[in-house]
Amino acid sequence: MTGEHTRDGALEHLKREGRIVIVGASLAGLRAAETMRDKGFAGSLTMIGDEPYEPYDRPPLSKQVLLGNAVADHTALPRRRAIDADWRLGVPATGLDMAARRVRLGNGDEVEYDRLLIATGVRARPWPNPEEGELEGVFVLRTRDDGEGLQRALAANPRRVLVIGAGFTGSEIASACRERGLKVTVAERGSAPLVGALGAVIGEVAAEMHREHEVDLRTGVMVTALEGDPAGRVRAAHLSDGSTVEADVVVVSLGAQRNTEWLAGSGLGAGPRGIACDAGCRAFDVRGIVTDDIYVAGDVARSPHALFGYQFLSLEHWGNAVAQADTAAHNMLSESADRRPHLWVPAFWSSQFGVNIKSVGVPPMGTEILITQGSLSERRFAAVYGYQGRVIAAVTFDNCRWLPFYEQQIESTAPFPPPFSTVDRRPEGNKPVPADFPDPSVPTHGPTITLSGYSPADRKMTFTPGR
Amino acid sequence: MRLVVDLNRCQGYAQCAFLAPDVFAMHGDESLLYNPEAAAEQREDVARAVAACPVGAILLELTDEDMADIGSQDAVAGAGAGSGGSR
Repeated sequence: MTGEHTRDGALEHLKREGRIVIVGASLAGLRAAETMRDKGFAGSLTMIGDEPYEPYDRPPLSKQVLLGNAVADHTALPRRRAIDADWRLGVPATGLDMAARRVRLGNGDEVEYDRLLIATGVRARPWPNPEEGELEGVFVLRTRDDGEGLQRALAANPRRVLVIGAGFTGSEIASACRERGLKVTVAERGSAPLVGALGAVIGEVAAEMHREHEVDLRTGVMVTALEGDPAGRVRAAHLSDGSTVEADVVVVSLGAQRNTEWLAGSGLGAGPRGIACDAGCRAFDVRGIVTDDIYVAGDVARSPHALFGYQFLSLEHWGNAVAQADTAAHNMLSESADRRPHLWVPAFWSSQFGVNIKSVGVPPMGTEILITQGSLSERRFAAVYGYQGRVIAAVTFDNCRWLPFYEQQIESTAPFPPPFSTVDRRPEGNKPVPADFPDPSVPTHGPTITLSGYSPADRKMTFTPGR
Repeated sequence: MRLVVDLNRCQGYAQCAFLAPDVFAMHGDESLLYNPEAAAEQREDVARAVAACPVGAILLELTDEDMADIGSQDAVAGAGAGSGGSR
């Protein structure tokens, strides 16, 4: 090992008696803390979280919890080890002083750090009209409290549920409602469910799944207003096509907003798209200079990925939170030569209408899609997305055991269309077709992957002067 | 007893659903639903499910009480113990 003899001992000092603060006490924050302790960090560790709960798992909230198979307040994450942390729960971080290395809390306290990890994640995008959003019976679904409230509302047998937005969460909610025997209408601005994340070819399959399960699916429409009764309970929604949907539960499922407001004015490169960081999870400041002591992980991070043209990816994925937290924690406690890049291949899953949907890679980068195995009409297939002659992503419906193979194809930049035959190839897999993603300039519920930033490969920068 | 399944890693082999049917259930052909906080009396079944998972996707945390009964086994078994990098 190099290190102790040639360096100034700062790292050893940090590991022995340094102060590490983690803002965000959810999946990424917890796993990072565990990795730090695993790596021998013996100093003080402070976990700051705005929710009053210890870290819990969110995916069950739109599935098991809504079906009544699990209880919202029994989803705490299992620990891999003890982390011996000072927990500050139920208190949001409200500010950051980078020069003094201090985090300000909502209760006026200040916490000093030697290394800071920001894992503040995202929150549900609220209904744009606050008054309408306040109506009883209107929900979003992100937190444990949201899940508990929505579960109770569904258990009360509402006459109809309206889900606004047919992304993954909205579709899973609609699926759970149907399984409970509830009437449900889904209103989606795009041409089909999941269209932002998987394109219209797959979106059409998702639309058929909704309709087969007797979801009243309305696409190409927006909800323009929610209407309450005199008691302040929601009773109906008005749609852009002039129709009205009567519903006593409305779930607003319009994607997420990044929790970066608390960093405004701090000098950190944080904004509505997240916090920009390098591949080693170190945050950029507003000047585009990488910091040495502030790291980012999870949904709030956007980092360049070598496999995808160094585009800055924001990934709202469970697996990304775990992997990026691990990398950030490792790098926070390593000399620069020992640091690792975060090179996790994006992957996610969704379970809806009894079908297991899984994906690897970055589907929205794909311009073409080829059904390599199985058939869309049978809801059991594997499809690969092509981008500039290479495999860039894959999706499976009830066919996930093939996914690791396609992940290898993505990692090795294999050619698209694949030059080999595949098991269970059907006539529809003879030729790639356009993947048909919506125009990114048209707002939709928001894909789960956001491509942003510029690529060092094409060196394009646009300077927009302030007015 | 807290547990979480890394569903990126899960490939729907359903061994857990056979061995601990009160905690794990298949939903359709390939999706897995599970109770993230299983009752203490499920401990042995869940431990078998963790051991039988072909892809090591189940992360289990046992309480002190569970530990007292089990003896020398690790408190934590399964996915992510050590690496944390789910693939």
